[in-house]
Amino acid sequence: MSENNVIDVLKLKKWFPVRRGFFQALFSKKESFVRAVDDVSFDIKAKEVFGLAGESGSGKTTTGRLVLKIIDPTSGKVFFKGEDITKLSRKQMKRKQLRRKMQTVFQEPYESLNPRKTVMDIIAEGLRIQKVVNSEKEVEERVIKTLDDVKLVPPNEFLSRYPHELSGGQRQRVAVARTFILNPEFVVADEPISMLDVSIRAEILNLFLDLVEKFNVSILYITHDLATARHMCHRIAIMYLGKIMEMGTAEDIVYEPLHPYTKALISAVPVPDPKSRRTRLTIKGEIPSPINPPSGCRFHTRCPIAEEICRKEEPELINIGKEHYVACHKVK
Amino acid sequence: MSLLEVENLRTYYFMKKGPVKAVDGVDFQVKEGQAMGLAGESGCGKTTVALSIMKILPSRGKITDGKILLKDLDIARISEKEMRKIRWKRISLVFQGAMNALDPLYSLGDQIEEAILTHKTELKRKEATSRTEELLELVGMERKRIKSYPHELSGGMRQRGLIAMALACNPELLIADEPGTALDVIVQAQVLSIIEDLRKKLNLAAILITHDLSIIADTCDKVAIMYAGKIVEYADVSDLFEEPLHPYTQGLIYAFPNIKSARTRMNSIPGSPPDLLDPPKGCRFHPRCTYAKTICKEQEPAVTKMRGKEHLVACHLYENI
Repeated sequence: MSENNVIDVLKLKKWFPVRRGFFQALFSKKESFVRAVDDVSFDIKAKEVFGLAGESGSGKTTTGRLVLKIIDPTSGKVFFKGEDITKLSRKQMKRKQLRRKMQTVFQEPYESLNPRKTVMDIIAEGLRIQKVVNSEKEVEERVIKTLDDVKLVPPNEFLSRYPHELSGGQRQRVAVARTFILNPEFVVADEPISMLDVSIRAEILNLFLDLVEKFNVSILYITHDLATARHMCHRIAIMYLGKIMEMGTAEDIVYEPLHPYTKALISAVPVPDPKSRRTRLTIKGEIPSPINPPSGCRFHTRCPIAEEICRKEEPELINIGKEHYVACHKVK
Repeated sequence: MSLLEVENLRTYYFMKKGPVKAVDGVDFQVKEGQAMGLAGESGCGKTTVALSIMKILPSRGKITDGKILLKDLDIARISEKEMRKIRWKRISLVFQGAMNALDPLYSLGDQIEEAILTHKTELKRKEATSRTEELLELVGMERKRIKSYPHELSGGMRQRGLIAMALACNPELLIADEPGTALDVIVQAQVLSIIEDLRKKLNLAAILITHDLSIIADTCDKVAIMYAGKIVEYADVSDLFEEPLHPYTQGLIYAFPNIKSARTRMNSIPGSPPDLLDPPKGCRFHPRCTYAKTICKEQEPAVTKMRGKEHLVACHLYENI
């Protein structure tokens, strides 16, 4: 842990109990769990964009929710600027203004905006709840300034519109505006562009990068798309079945991936250049169920280079130089 | 010889406010065994092209002009009764949205068998079942999945099931509408490589509809870029990516980061696609185009053929070269 980190995550675990039938509960003592997040540690520095990538079901979103303390972990700790927030009560969270300082942008701009509220009310809601402003006049000033920040100009034209009067890109800008109006220090962006059309994706990503500069925020960027992750993030962690498989700078992950899973993920990304047609896939099948994850290394069932040891022993995430970490028996 | 030739196709949706010109003068060809990619933003008419070729437009939609030649037969003109002999047997469609295209109340096998028995009335149920098992194996699924219901299948397996269904009657042309969207990268790559393998094995022609140009670069021979109901550029995949001509094509290519290239600021195309009830005059792209001149606002650009190649572009910038 270092002084400069905005977020430190230490051995975080979240196991969701699986609901059982009456007889099962009566006769079998063994409870089963969905191990959504299973012993994950990482840190996010000030002004850093940290990427969390992996397939659906790898635990990315759960990690994001844990970091924001929207749900409580089974074990492990989350530190915000050196302070353990896992034990804080709701009141304490409120008193320390942590809800204001830690914000999120949701995935779906079509469903995350209330259709019965105007843009003004949607963006001002956080301000009013957090009581950061004194008068309604100030609320309006702040909203107009933020609309300007997210380049919804001229702001006055948007204030009284409803979400259905906006295009997909504009909606996502509204969603970004309501997050950044609170001057957060840390933002979780959960697949903020996956529902948008290709032509608007770049706009929203550039907007994020501009806001990081302007507001001095750190971002946890959750995505399944490594191409955008590489363009957005300083460091990337690759998750698989609740564990981090590899973590390093964006350049290291893309150009020198070490874990066979990272390699497979990268080879699966289509490249817009007909001359470099994708090299054949190296892994088969789909992500196994997190209820009873495979023994040993969780990836061994799909791994092209798995050996005996991979089935028995779980590899640890080890540092192999600079900021590059990898969890694989075959990487020395 | 072309398997499918679409000439000046116009499909309008007749609404209370007037006709929505979803497809407005589209030309392209697909040769036997060839794969063509059809790309563009949402709402530019890609899916309407597919529905027009299949002739399964919703009731407000009408093909108002143009030809759809399947070999020598113009399917835009034929009756529904005749179309039934062509649909699925010669052209079939993998529907958009694997997650919702299957009926949750019937097993996968039932749904594929239904498709077979509807189109090949001479077959018995048993024969249809064994054909279904073959098809599942063809797309890399286990035979026992014939009994599975859609909720028991993952997204990738549902998409495979839909592909199996589309291949049920050995079509010559397969249209796949956004086959990779909503799937994870690895599963998407698996599905695309299955389509590619099957195309080679069965000498199948395909039209791949997608908004992701990198998928087209990866799998297709030809590519058509669509904007606001028109095709603005048509070329060999290698030519298009080497030298994209239309400003819209350039925008689409540069709007998306390439994982292998240097980290640069991404460029987006400003604005959004026009309302097709009342599309802009002249070139439909001019309100969003950085190169727009006065002529672009007044006159619709003609299709220009570039340097003897099969590279067609509809843009005033290239008219006098």
